[in-house]
Amino acid sequence: MNIMLLINALPGACAQGLIWGIMAIGVFITYRILDLADLTVDGTMCTGGAVCIMMMLSGYNVWVSLLVAFLAGTLAGLVTGVLHTLLGIPAILAGILTQLGLYSINLRIMDDKANQAINVDKYDLLVSLRYIKGVPIYKNTLFLTVLIIAVLIAVLYWFFGTELGCSIRATGSNPNMSRAQGINTDVSKIIGLMLSNGIVAFASGLYAQYQGFADINAGRGAIVIGLAAVIIGQVIFGRFHGNFAFKLVSVALGGVIYYLVLQVVLWLGLKANDLKLISAVIVAIFLAIPHLKEKYFSKPVKKGGASRA
Amino acid sequence: MLDINRISKTFNKGTVNEKKALNGLELHLKEGDFVTVIGGNGAGKSTMLNAIAGTWYVDEGSIVIDGIDVTRLPEHKRAAYLGRVFQDPMTGTAASMQIEENLALAARRGKRRNLRVGITAKERDSYKEQLKILELGLENRLTTGVGLLSGGQRQALTLLMATLQKPKLLLLDEHTAALDPKTAAKVLEATDRIVGRDALTTIMITHNMKDAIAHGNRLVMMHEGQIIYDVSGEEKKRLTVADLLHKFEEVSGGEFANDRMILA
Repeated sequence: MNIMLLINALPGACAQGLIWGIMAIGVFITYRILDLADLTVDGTMCTGGAVCIMMMLSGYNVWVSLLVAFLAGTLAGLVTGVLHTLLGIPAILAGILTQLGLYSINLRIMDDKANQAINVDKYDLLVSLRYIKGVPIYKNTLFLTVLIIAVLIAVLYWFFGTELGCSIRATGSNPNMSRAQGINTDVSKIIGLMLSNGIVAFASGLYAQYQGFADINAGRGAIVIGLAAVIIGQVIFGRFHGNFAFKLVSVALGGVIYYLVLQVVLWLGLKANDLKLISAVIVAIFLAIPHLKEKYFSKPVKKGGASRA
Repeated sequence: MLDINRISKTFNKGTVNEKKALNGLELHLKEGDFVTVIGGNGAGKSTMLNAIAGTWYVDEGSIVIDGIDVTRLPEHKRAAYLGRVFQDPMTGTAASMQIEENLALAARRGKRRNLRVGITAKERDSYKEQLKILELGLENRLTTGVGLLSGGQRQALTLLMATLQKPKLLLLDEHTAALDPKTAAKVLEATDRIVGRDALTTIMITHNMKDAIAHGNRLVMMHEGQIIYDVSGEEKKRLTVADLLHKFEEVSGGEFANDRMILA
């Protein structure tokens, strides 16, 4: 085991972690703010990349392509939102339906191919695994993704402080109270799902550029990685009781930590194909911790014990 | 101010659990009326409030608030005219948000919510002032998370939220039933202060007959989805708990006066 191999791989792992951190911020909006588990993201994590790469291959500017990828994501979120609110389908099922439908749509977007490559030498990509080392700082992928995350968090911090943003937070916190205060909770949920999936598709656009291709399987298990980032961020940084912006930062850092751990696991000799199993196990453990704590580690103190305060 | 015209509601229609909860209910309130509602379990008290609030639509009849027919309006649109406090202290507030954020949400009831800032500095000062009427010291804890408050504090806050924007109608659904007697008395005092100050048209459900007699200018008793007894003015002032119990027994053949009512 060569420690240099691991160290050399770390910047790349950080970059991937940061891009997935953006994706996880999208998941945070549905999972934590709206209190919905939205599985649409397994589809949109592919859609964004497909849209972005195909647009760039057709000669569009990278920012325009990313914007359209974002919009494609919001559209997918809209579909899930309508299925869930207006048609009364449970959120998880609504997400699965959209995700399944997106599989066909993603293939259509990619010209019926499972994979569409983009050449980093011929196209002006924003991020790439080739832009990690030996490029000027303004082109450096690590620098750019950190910058994008900073801007994204600033925008979301502002948005969730507005009247509309507050009504979305209230909807996730207490839908009955929200309706009693005149909030249309259906609209709140739809807006939240659209925003979340837009951000995920945007991250997908970045990720496809980073890898140099859009892939039909890019989104498989994305929700699990997103949740992993959210939960790791919460477990590690939750004790600091920071404000909303800090919570988003810890989600992004959760993505980085997740990828660093994976890198170490790979370095220890596990195969890349094992990663999904490891991801599932990690997330299952972190999701179970609060339950286990409550059930097995909070036994009442015996009479005469050290309970006197 | 409020006209409930022969409304009916049947739950679980066509099943073994079919329950006719409201049965041609009729109730008319004048502006400034403070009505207390009593009745046994399943009499339709909460169902009546939910029908007014639009939790679901009624099968028959119409509901008119201050000349506006709201029968077909969804819950969030009717909210513009209504202030509501629920039996469960958890229902009326958003636990994961701060006191001032909850108040700011309530201050925008019935208004369009767009991309303006969710709470202004000017609002903060006014909330500080308004929280004083509750006499719970919450005015110094504006940024405390509501989840950290006690049930009584949350009910009092919900009451303030319901009346922050003067509602055409205030609906109180046994809002002190889940509180200990001392806290319940405090919340009821705050209720009287606020309702009196703004001359709010109010419907208050209670299981406590003493409270039902002591508060408001009118008292109605419900049974099987209808109003069976309606007193106001001097006649109501002269009522005693014994009178009400007697009335209960009269309509229900004794089964009505359960322990909870007698003890309350």
